[in-house]
Amino acid sequence: MANTARPTVETLQKLTLPGPLALDCGQSLDHVDVAYQTWGTLNEDKSNAILVCHALTGDQFCAESNPVTGRPAWWPRMIGPGLPVDTDAYFVIATNVLGGCMGTTGPASLAPDGAPWGTRFPVITIADMVRAQIGLLDALGIDTLFSVLGGSMGGMQVLEWAIQAPDRVFTAIPIATSARHSAQNIAFYEIGRQAIMSDPEWKDGVYLALGTQPGRGLAIARMAAHVTYVSEDALKRKFDRDLQDRDTNSFSFDADFQVESYLRYQGRSFTDRFDANSYLYITRAMDYFDAAAAKSGRLADVFTGSKVRFCLFSFSSDWHYTPREGREIARALIAAGTEVSHLEIETDKGHDAFLLEEPVFESALKGFLDASAVRRGLA
Amino acid sequence: MIVLAPRADHLAIAARVFECARVLDVGCGDGALLALLRDTRSVDARGLELSSKQVGQALSKGLSVIQGDAEADLELFPDDSFDVAILSRTIQNLRNPAGMLAELHRIAPETLVSFTNYGHWRRRLQLLVKGEMPGRTPWHRSDMLHPCTAADLIKLADEHGLGVVAAAHLTVDDVGRFRTGGFGTLNWRADEIILHLKRK
Repeated sequence: MANTARPTVETLQKLTLPGPLALDCGQSLDHVDVAYQTWGTLNEDKSNAILVCHALTGDQFCAESNPVTGRPAWWPRMIGPGLPVDTDAYFVIATNVLGGCMGTTGPASLAPDGAPWGTRFPVITIADMVRAQIGLLDALGIDTLFSVLGGSMGGMQVLEWAIQAPDRVFTAIPIATSARHSAQNIAFYEIGRQAIMSDPEWKDGVYLALGTQPGRGLAIARMAAHVTYVSEDALKRKFDRDLQDRDTNSFSFDADFQVESYLRYQGRSFTDRFDANSYLYITRAMDYFDAAAAKSGRLADVFTGSKVRFCLFSFSSDWHYTPREGREIARALIAAGTEVSHLEIETDKGHDAFLLEEPVFESALKGFLDASAVRRGLA
Repeated sequence: MIVLAPRADHLAIAARVFECARVLDVGCGDGALLALLRDTRSVDARGLELSSKQVGQALSKGLSVIQGDAEADLELFPDDSFDVAILSRTIQNLRNPAGMLAELHRIAPETLVSFTNYGHWRRRLQLLVKGEMPGRTPWHRSDMLHPCTAADLIKLADEHGLGVVAAAHLTVDDVGRFRTGGFGTLNWRADEIILHLKRK
C-alpha cells in the first residue's frame, strides 16, 4: 500500500478560532486551528452534543479510521450507531488537543514567521486545551454539552471542563484518570522527554526545519510510557518469558523475548504518526495538571455547588492512574455535594482497559447516558 | 431483560418514602430498591455499594451509585444531604453499627432500617431448647457480624438520637402493617423487622 495515497494532516477538517487564545503561561496564540470530527446530527435546540476527549497519543478519530495514518478508530466499541455513545441519538464531537499534531495548532505548526514553532511554542496546560475546545463550541454555536467524556488525559480534560465551564456541561464522565499527576507519573514522562531530547536528531527542537526526526528518542519515550499502560498480569498472559522466533537465548542484545519485540514494535510504529515536540508539550501539560490547585489543594472545594452529574470509572489493575486516584476524585465529589457515580471495573488489562472490551464498563456507561438523556428530555 | 416482581420488603420501604425525597440507600446491591423508588416515588435516588459487580448492574439501570465502603465514605456526605437514608439488611454486617447510626442521623432526618430479629420467639427457643445459635445459615458461614434483637437496635438508635415512629414485621414474602407502638410484641413475633426512625 502506497503511503502517497493518504491525505496529509493539512487536509483534515478544522476551524480557526476567531480571536486570540489566552494561555495559562501568560502568552496568547493567534489564529489557533482546532481540528475536529463529528458524527450524528445536532438537534434543533442543540442539546444533544457530546464531546469526546482523547488521551496523550490519541486524536479526533475516535469513531472512524484516521485517513492520514490509516489507523482504525480508537474507541470503536463505545461510539457509533446503537453503541453506548449512540451516534443515532447524539451529536458527537472530537477534537485534536491544542499542542497536538493531527491538525490542531501545536509545535509542528507554522509560527507567524513561517517556520515550525518547535520549542518556541508556548508551554500549554490541560486548561488551555479545554479553552481551545470551548472556542470551537462557541464557533459551532453549541452552548451546552449533554456530556463530555474521555479516558486518561481525556479524563483530565473532562474534569477541567467541569471546573472551567460547569454551566455548559450537563454530565461529565472522567475515565481511568487522575485529578493530578503523581510523582511517579511525572517521573515516567520525564524519562520519555529525556529520551527525545537526548536524540541527536532532535536538534534542540528545530528538527522539522532541519529535515530530521528524533525517531529513536520518541520510540523509547513511547516504550517507557507503554509499559505503564499495561498490567503485569496482562504482560504475563500475553508474553510471559516466551522467546521470539528462537528456542534458546541468543546471548546477545537482540530482542530475544517476545515482550522486547512487542515494545520495539510499539515504539517504532508510534514515530510514524506522532511529533516528538508534541509529545514533550502534551506530557508537560499532564504533569502540570492539578485540579485542586486553584482552591488551595482541596479538590472538594473546586466542585462545591456544581450541578454537573458525574460518572467516574476506574480499573482495578491500572497502575498508571490507579483506582485509588479515581476514589479520591469520587470522595471529593461526594464531599462537594455533587451527584456522582463511581465504578471500579475488575480487570487485569491495566490502564488501557478503557479502550478494550469491558462489557460491564460499556453497559454501565450506557445506563448512565440513557438515564441522563431522559432527564435532559432527549429520550 | 427479566423484570422481577418487586420484593415485599422493598414495597414496604417504598410506602414509607415520600414523593420526590432525596434518598440514599446504603449497601444498595444491584439497585433494585432504588429503581423501584425512582419509578414509583420519583425520588432522587443515590446508592452506596461495595461490590463492583452490583454497582455495574445498578449503573446499567441508570442509577447514581458510588462504589465504596459505606463505613469509610459516609462521613464525606455533607450534613442533611438526604431526606431519607435506607439501610436494608445491612446493619448487622457492619463493623460499627453505632457509628453508622450516628452518621445516618447526621446526613438524613429519617432512616429506614431492616434487619433479622434475633428476639423472634423461634430463635429464642432454638437457643434455649437446642442450645444452638439461631440463624438460617450456620454460624460459621454467616457474614453477620452483629446479630441483635429489635429491642437492641431500638435502644441503640435511641442513644444516637433516632426514635422509632413505626415498625413492621417482615417475612420472606410478606410484610405486616406498620404500627406505631407495641414494639415489645414485635420483638417476640417478627422474623425480620423494618424500623422507621426519625431524629428526636
